[in-house]
Amino acid sequence: METIIKGKAFVLGKNIDTDQIIPAEHLVYSLSDPEEVKMYGKYALSGVPIDQAGLPEGGVPFVEEGDFASPYTIIVAGPNFGCGSSREHAPFALKVAGAKAIIAESYARIFYRNCVDGGFVIPFETAQPLNKSIMTGDELSLDMENNTLTNLTQNITWELRPLGDVVNIVQAGGIFEYARKNDLMASSEA
Amino acid sequence: MAQTITQKIFSRAANRKFVDPGQSVWLNVDVLLTHDVCGPPTFDIFKQEFGPNAKVWDPSKVVVLPDHYIFTANEHAHRNIDLLRQFAAEQGLPNYYDVGTDRYRGVCHVALAEEGFNLPGTVLFGTDSHTCTSGAFGMFGSGIGNTDAAFILGTGKLWEKVPESMKFTFEGQMPEYLTAKDLILQILGDITTDGATYRSMEFDGEAVYSLPIDERMTLCNMAIEAGGMNGIIAADALTEAFVKARTSKPYEIFHSDPDAQYHSMYRYNVEQMEPVVAQPHSPDNRATVRSVAGTPITKSYIGSCTGGKLTDFRLAAKILKGKKVSVTTNIVPATVLVASQLETEMYDGQSLRHIFEEAGCSIALPSCAACLGGPSDTVGRSVDNDVVVSTTNRNFPGRMGSKFAGVYLASPLTAAASAVTGKLTDPRDFL
Repeated sequence: METIIKGKAFVLGKNIDTDQIIPAEHLVYSLSDPEEVKMYGKYALSGVPIDQAGLPEGGVPFVEEGDFASPYTIIVAGPNFGCGSSREHAPFALKVAGAKAIIAESYARIFYRNCVDGGFVIPFETAQPLNKSIMTGDELSLDMENNTLTNLTQNITWELRPLGDVVNIVQAGGIFEYARKNDLMASSEA
Repeated sequence: MAQTITQKIFSRAANRKFVDPGQSVWLNVDVLLTHDVCGPPTFDIFKQEFGPNAKVWDPSKVVVLPDHYIFTANEHAHRNIDLLRQFAAEQGLPNYYDVGTDRYRGVCHVALAEEGFNLPGTVLFGTDSHTCTSGAFGMFGSGIGNTDAAFILGTGKLWEKVPESMKFTFEGQMPEYLTAKDLILQILGDITTDGATYRSMEFDGEAVYSLPIDERMTLCNMAIEAGGMNGIIAADALTEAFVKARTSKPYEIFHSDPDAQYHSMYRYNVEQMEPVVAQPHSPDNRATVRSVAGTPITKSYIGSCTGGKLTDFRLAAKILKGKKVSVTTNIVPATVLVASQLETEMYDGQSLRHIFEEAGCSIALPSCAACLGGPSDTVGRSVDNDVVVSTTNRNFPGRMGSKFAGVYLASPLTAAASAVTGKLTDPRDFL
């Protein structure tokens, strides 16, 4: 697993729900066909009202019209990121678009599980609301060994909350990899 | 040690005497539920991880109820149904309810109850966030993603963190103008959309136990809107009668110990409560209907796992009988059974269906339909700047279709009263 994630920040508000992350009408595409998978990148975060996308200014699409990937790799948001439906298409879409990590004050349970167990994007929590300090486009560096986030553009470093219990699953790359390492799938392998 | 009902169900499923909130345990799963949106990717992951010829852990415990995108011309949606059909055939799944056959049921959470899969004391996981609906049967029900569901398909197990519990007690006699929807919208306004994240929401009190089973399901259904892991109501005689009429499978009734520890406790007297809505664009944006009465609407929508069950339509019919709606009003029964009950259930000498047709409502075939927008040809989908009053569960931006629409979540009584006047209307004006 990479221990440093570097990239541009895309900043959002609070309560970013799964209908905003990937609107329900797009859930018909295959998650395994390589051509159809691109559609999840194209529509990632397309349900966010445009004035709320790419804060503090807003009006910044996560993925440009006609593109299938985003120039932003770290999403920064307020509390309750990923609330709403159970659709795993949500963290999947963020991954397909090129996101590697999310820094939010808190997460909804199912979205958080999906990020970790599916090994899509790494969900970090912060104690303070960083979506007011970080601006969309700032260059960030996330140090997973020391649980810190540095804003290279503004030259500030913050502590992140340790991943806790799930760190082993994150490091393994998902629940299946974790379960294999720990012999939890032995009884059921065909 | 004292435990809550949810801890006791976790203890049983983890083969332990006691579990502590915050501890992660592996649960043996009694039923796994999936549908047409999340089933196909779940099956893909299952085959990829367990091998192309792998068999599910227990075919009798897998329930596949297509319900999301059923009545649409969208080819990708049709392909998803084909993929469910194919997997069910390969695996010999007895509990697959195929589209276009007399086995088709409709909205999974409601059909699960009708088909006798909800059993007190058991553990249900489903690839749908509203799987918490089944908590109305004194069982644990919770939503998960495709990867977790694929893991269960192969192993019959899943890790879960034992939740802390929050207790919501409703005292008093339910007034005729109040419904389970008003109770849960009241709670959401009080604790907000992340007020119960990773926690269990336990409902109790004489008003809760006076509710019919489908209203109890409405209460548990929206636990997820507060971020709750599950909603739960301990089983009583009514629950047992409902279950026994549908299945002979064994079950075990659990109750919270009187000295169990809670994260927090809330008490309400239903006689002092009034009809409420959640204003756009969040389920916790509560207002009394009176305070927003007169707001013009363009559509009324009565349907979904939250608000498309028999009691919802009985309540709506009470208001709509002998009246005409003044805006487009969609009646979307959750299941085929509920649709047939619209024909057989009478109110004041007329069938519910007759009442709705006379009032000028349009009655759709049973499915999730426009609750979550869906493909562009979905019945009732919001367009442009629609203002919708809806008995569904979410009013996030774009949830019912158009990103520019606004949705007011309301009880079936409020949705029906507002349909008649064309503006948000307190049902007490008609009762």
